Amino acid sequence: MTKSQIPIVKNFEMIRSQAEREWQALKIPEEPIIWIGTATCGRAAGALNTLQAIEEELAKGNIKAKIIHVGCMGHCYAEPMVTVAKPGYPPVCYGHVTPGVASSVIKNFLGGDDPCFEFLLGALEENPSIPTVFELPRFKHEFRSLLRNCGYINPEDIHQYIANGGYRGLVKALQLSPEQVIAEVKRSGLRGRGGAGFPTGRKWELCRKAKGNIRCIVGNADEGDPGAFMDRAILESDPHSVIEGMIIGGFAVGAHEGYIYVRAEYPLAVKRLRHALGQAEEIGLLGNNILSSGFDFHLELMQGASAFVCGEETALIASIEGKRGMPTPRPPYPAISGLFGQPTCINNVKSFASTSLILSQGAKLYADIGTKESKGTAVFALAGKVVNTGLVEVPMGTTLRELIFDVGGGIPKKRGFKAVQIGGPSGGCLPESKLNTPVDFASLTEAGAMMGSGGMVVLDEDNCMVDTARYFLEFTQKESCGKCTFCRLGTKQMLDILEDICRGNGSLEDIDLLVELGEDIKAGSLCNLGKTAPNPILTTIRYFREEYEAHIIEKRCPALVCKELIAYYILPDKCERSCDACVGSCPTEAVFTGKKRIKVIDQSKCVKCGSCVDACPPQYDAVVRISPVSQLPPSEPPPDKA
Amino acid sequence: MSKVNLTIDDVPVNAAEGESILWAALDAGIYIPNLCAIRERKSPFASCRLCWVEIEGVDLPATSCTTPVKEGMKVQTRTPRVLRLVRTSFELLISHHPVDCARCAKNKKCELQRIAREFKFKLKPGKFRKLLRELPVDSSHPCFILDPNKCVLCGRCVWLCNEVQRACALDFAFRGLNTVITTSGGKPLGESDCSACRECVSVCPVGALIPK
Ligand SMILES: Cc1cc2nc3c(=O)[nH]c(=O)nc-3n(C[C@H](O)[C@H](O)[C@H](O)COP(=O)(O)O)c2cc1C
Ligand code: FES
Repeated sequence: MTKSQIPIVKNFEMIRSQAEREWQALKIPEEPIIWIGTATCGRAAGALNTLQAIEEELAKGNIKAKIIHVGCMGHCYAEPMVTVAKPGYPPVCYGHVTPGVASSVIKNFLGGDDPCFEFLLGALEENPSIPTVFELPRFKHEFRSLLRNCGYINPEDIHQYIANGGYRGLVKALQLSPEQVIAEVKRSGLRGRGGAGFPTGRKWELCRKAKGNIRCIVGNADEGDPGAFMDRAILESDPHSVIEGMIIGGFAVGAHEGYIYVRAEYPLAVKRLRHALGQAEEIGLLGNNILSSGFDFHLELMQGASAFVCGEETALIASIEGKRGMPTPRPPYPAISGLFGQPTCINNVKSFASTSLILSQGAKLYADIGTKESKGTAVFALAGKVVNTGLVEVPMGTTLRELIFDVGGGIPKKRGFKAVQIGGPSGGCLPESKLNTPVDFASLTEAGAMMGSGGMVVLDEDNCMVDTARYFLEFTQKESCGKCTFCRLGTKQMLDILEDICRGNGSLEDIDLLVELGEDIKAGSLCNLGKTAPNPILTTIRYFREEYEAHIIEKRCPALVCKELIAYYILPDKCERSCDACVGSCPTEAVFTGKKRIKVIDQSKCVKCGSCVDACPPQYDAVVRISPVSQLPPSEPPPDKA
Repeated sequence: MSKVNLTIDDVPVNAAEGESILWAALDAGIYIPNLCAIRERKSPFASCRLCWVEIEGVDLPATSCTTPVKEGMKVQTRTPRVLRLVRTSFELLISHHPVDCARCAKNKKCELQRIAREFKFKLKPGKFRKLLRELPVDSSHPCFILDPNKCVLCGRCVWLCNEVQRACALDFAFRGLNTVITTSGGKPLGESDCSACRECVSVCPVGALIPK
């Protein structure tokens, strides 16, 4: 250790020992501690009501306990989640904690000795009496590295991050030369988590070597993709991991300022990030002369312009410059000429968070996870027709089958798997035959999908593939910035064709036109929004062509989704004559009582909303959808037309 | 400035280093279709997606306005892949453009007509459907008229107005298919910050901006 490195370590050791003392006090509590997940997802599930119930029950029973707000563990299906540590017991975790459940846990466990096994997910530590959560399938297959702190530490307390290994990567980096830091990141094999998978170490090196006076770091947390929320979860649950990575990045490329560009719709992430920036500055981990190392770094938070395209790096830079968020041609890449024409290192916030880990644990340990070409873990937002929705983190190379069936718990309601849309609206739809595809950058691209943002929507037999393709294209078409011809007009032409097919007005030539135009849009668009927009259509045609043909030739929607191609019908021998549930549910009074009190649908009034299907009691299950409409059995005319 | 030698459609061309293929070709009398290019513009806008070429040794067709010339480069401007992309881009633009040439002030001077002539395209959207706009024409300015229905969004007028004339009267607004050229705050041109230099009219490749 050279002389100048001594103060860095010494300064940090003081902070760290304080942080660890505080953390130990939490681990061996003198009074009960209650952790509640109050990130956006927890709140959406009612965590704030649960919190209120906890506070009321504590007051009622005159029980003393400390409440700590934490972020999101990623188990959306089990939200709201609460963890309780009571002296003499291992910390235990509860799922689906409604206010009622909360009250009874407080009353019986904290007030008495009953840990309420019926609501328990498991203990968070090995112990002789209570099974741990790590035996649950979700926990067993997951590998938490980026999400390691999410839901376990208080994101508003920098000491909790430090006590759990935080800022050690920065301390390590400050003792190396910038070139050594870059070499370490290169050795780890880290590839960017913003979608394209560009090697992060190489980007940093390009930026460091680029000609320019002022270099800049940008953290991309625009995350405009519907259904993706990993960046939000990390910012809300573990903001310091991103801040630490950005400071390391700044040191490596030689930048003294940085921006975190956060999507405007993420108020809680903005609040927690702002708080975290303040704390880091306060204890000297951010700002001038960080830990007396002589290195200055300032970070500013920017709120996005609410446009998907602003996540694209050149558009994002234009947006920070105060211009319209419109992509510009590359090269020049931002690493060479970015913000105000200066070398700019722009990375996804997960990429930055990964570099804190790489520096603190060493590149070797990081590179041991994953596959040869794709190192580390992948974080996905698992949604759609899957039992355990939420955020999952698995090593790269895990197969789609493991991800959906082992980690995700498979398809609910005993339905059959049909496809999985990976990579958000610009990704592709992969069928059953591709379930053994490992999740890594190259394999997904080869199958026609992409890693993208990490959105993953599982589809079952009740999803129409044409309608799914239409849904995603509708999004990208609306979000096109309007600058280039292919994206602005090409996606609209494709969308119109898809809408026609969904209405039964398509022709077989339309399929060829979709493929041809889709290929041209991919080849001809200016930025990756356009270059990837046709993916959902091209993959659904590649893997589910017969569904397109059924819509076109037979006017039949095999999944019974496309409204114009289906009709609702009440099976006379299943209808329970004295039940009126469907009649009452129909908003257009299309259901009437026919002869022998059997209910009948007047097709001329039916708007195909599906209310009658939901209203019909499951034990009768009399309402069905029929496609094509020409297959509808004749039924008795309504009384006013008889 | 040093010069480089290359061939475009097998014709030897000598061009200044740093020049884009597009301008090198146009200077040599080889037509490459383009709507958005402006020579003085340092960073090309690259929005029209018409200026495709193939370069020997490069996998995919490239836009010539964004690709600088290099010593020994072999460029082709009329390969099947280039023709396919040019046609698609052209037909997409025509699908969004009212073809009413006989009554258009730009008749015979319109860049879309020129591309059609050079490539023997019809002024028709081919397999695509017509997606016409019905936006109000702005004739509030004493000197010129803006017809957003004819606009191909090449961005030349916006660049000139903002970066050269510094009048900052024109800009893009809205997104996707609704994108238009408009004044700041959407005010009528006659009430905008326009300094009446009329440079925008002179660079419009189609009949969207025409003198009164
Ligand atoms: C339409 C579009 C949207 C994008 N949105 C994001 C985003 O929300 N977050 C992100 O990190 N990257 C996004 N990207 C990718 C960025 O352009 C860029 O590649 C990335 O931030 C680089 O970071 P990385 O090297 O760490 O992956 C988007 C790209 C496109 C084309
Ligand atoms: S001239 Fe090259 S894209 Fe318009």
